[in-house]
Amino acid sequence: MFDARPQHNDQHREYLRHRTQQFRRQVERRLDGSLTEEEFRPLRLKNGVYLQLHSYMYRVAIPYGALTPDQMRMLGHVAERWDRGYGHFTTRTNIQFHWHKLVDIPDSMEALNSVGIHSIQTSGNTIRNVNADAFAGAAADELEDPRPWAELIRIWSTDHAEFQFLPRKFKIAITGASSDRAVTRAHDIGLRMIRRGAETGFEVIVGGGLGRTPMIGPVIRDFLPAADLLPYLEAIVATYNLLGRRDNKYKARIKITVHENGIERVRDLVEARFAELRAEFDSTATHAELARIRAHFIPPSLRKDDPAPYYAARAADPAFRAWADTNLHPHRNPDHAIVTLSLKAPGATPGDATSEQMRVIADMAEIHGYGEIRISHEQNVILPHVPLADLPAMHGVLRRHGLATANVGLVSDIIACPGMDYCALATARSIPVAQDIALHFEALKLEHDIGPLKIKISGCINACGHHHVGHIGILGLDRAGVETYQITLGGDGTEEATLGERTGPGFAYDQIVPAIDRILRTYLDLRTGREETFLTAYRRLGAAPFKAALYDQERADAA
Amino acid sequence: MSKGFTPSPATPGVITANDLRMGRCVWMRDGKWTADPREAELFEDEAIAELALLDATSQAHLVVGPYLVEAKRGADGRPEPAHFREAFRRSGPTHRHFKQAEFEASNV
Repeated sequence: MFDARPQHNDQHREYLRHRTQQFRRQVERRLDGSLTEEEFRPLRLKNGVYLQLHSYMYRVAIPYGALTPDQMRMLGHVAERWDRGYGHFTTRTNIQFHWHKLVDIPDSMEALNSVGIHSIQTSGNTIRNVNADAFAGAAADELEDPRPWAELIRIWSTDHAEFQFLPRKFKIAITGASSDRAVTRAHDIGLRMIRRGAETGFEVIVGGGLGRTPMIGPVIRDFLPAADLLPYLEAIVATYNLLGRRDNKYKARIKITVHENGIERVRDLVEARFAELRAEFDSTATHAELARIRAHFIPPSLRKDDPAPYYAARAADPAFRAWADTNLHPHRNPDHAIVTLSLKAPGATPGDATSEQMRVIADMAEIHGYGEIRISHEQNVILPHVPLADLPAMHGVLRRHGLATANVGLVSDIIACPGMDYCALATARSIPVAQDIALHFEALKLEHDIGPLKIKISGCINACGHHHVGHIGILGLDRAGVETYQITLGGDGTEEATLGERTGPGFAYDQIVPAIDRILRTYLDLRTGREETFLTAYRRLGAAPFKAALYDQERADAA
Repeated sequence: MSKGFTPSPATPGVITANDLRMGRCVWMRDGKWTADPREAELFEDEAIAELALLDATSQAHLVVGPYLVEAKRGADGRPEPAHFREAFRRSGPTHRHFKQAEFEASNV
């Protein structure tokens, strides 16, 4: 079982106990008037507690998206005991509880601590939750499991004294596979494991990001020996800490630092600092720490069950076959599969899971999946190792609990931030737009005909819904008191990272589904065949036919 | 939206905030707080509204982030939201599967 990660050790438990006691006292002092809201706000944010539109929101980190069954059950318990029976998984692979009461949060926090999870550094200008490939340790195209490195980064960055007041928040992503499923080029730091000769190292990307100024990050080091990772990361963040702007929060992210100073200058400064830090870092201790961490990431001993039941179910059950065709990904062991449990049933809220679903997921991971659960940045749940032979039985259980929607990578598998249904920063709604698009194409039965497609929706310019890297991106804005949606096309969050191009004027709330419909009908009309995906067709055709479809109809309607 | 808003008889306003302990939306009436937006006091006079906002701000032991925001006077004389954000604060989440009845029961 995968329940002995380093964060479960006694020292970590004591640290969490202390932090939660500290927060409990801070809440008490706010309630008795000893702390003003101005004093309390940064303290609650340090613990992932936001005040949103209707309630407090409590954001909990899921380090590199990995959960044990016990942890998943505890999330379900917290949702039921202190929230409204559901939680929302985010693009940072955190979970957000949208209905916590301030007075309950210390108890909720303590319950989460009992299984080793917490909310530290899920807000504030600190290094946030590290993202990793959700298929880590299982993918057929993987060079090395990145999770031990992600855990090393987590330990290094948690409560790092020098990096508690950075110019702005700081996000790191890591992948060990050739396919980039962690959006590394749109992070403050992206790490891609590569090999040079016999040596494993990292391609280091810096200064990517989405938000109001989207940028694909340039490479700062084309090969960093793996052993140098921590001093090099420290050199980057230390350089940014001094060089990053603090006069304007909209220009404070490292992408602006890199843009304004140039990658060459930033590289020179980082390398100079790295030379100093490399000598200071105790590489022997780091190596020992990594070895200790790796002991907790030993691959499961995979069963050798006859996969005949899988092939029999494929032949006999069209629903199972459809699910297997969309929701399974090749495992490095051909008798196993990586299974994606879609949290995107048409009409459902993308990324939401009920307490009951969380318990079912935990059970399925225990019974069929060697106790491993991942949350993907695409707001789905991954069981990374499932024997093919177990899939028919598991599929039956998932169906009964609304977890077997066969839509992964299709039009209804939409990323959507909470938007103005919850978020105080939002300028428009996201969730109902996602629901309406999914239901529209479900009714038309066009989803499988359209094929691979990534629609991503953000309810404000901060881009939590990653709209810039959606094949179709939708950005909700407030234009003179009216919800208005801008469309971008051609974005891509993979290793071929591309920012989408804006099509033109935005669409009203009740016009966004018809607009998406026109885009996709144009694609269906113009593609060379089913094998040409939307993104490939867009790259071949350019924006012109899609713009014509979007706006000629608008003009005709207006005439 | 709320920043710099000045109420007048043509564009009245309400004072709203979030409850400190629970986080839910509340509206001001006669210096006190209600979870029922229909009970909110409509301010048409700038000076009176400013004094009320000062009073609201002084109640930091009860509420967080009070602000004055434009509202409309409905046909029944009660306040109605002038902007969609305030409409969502009042109605709760608008998306499918949200348990609206539960929200309304807890919020009034």
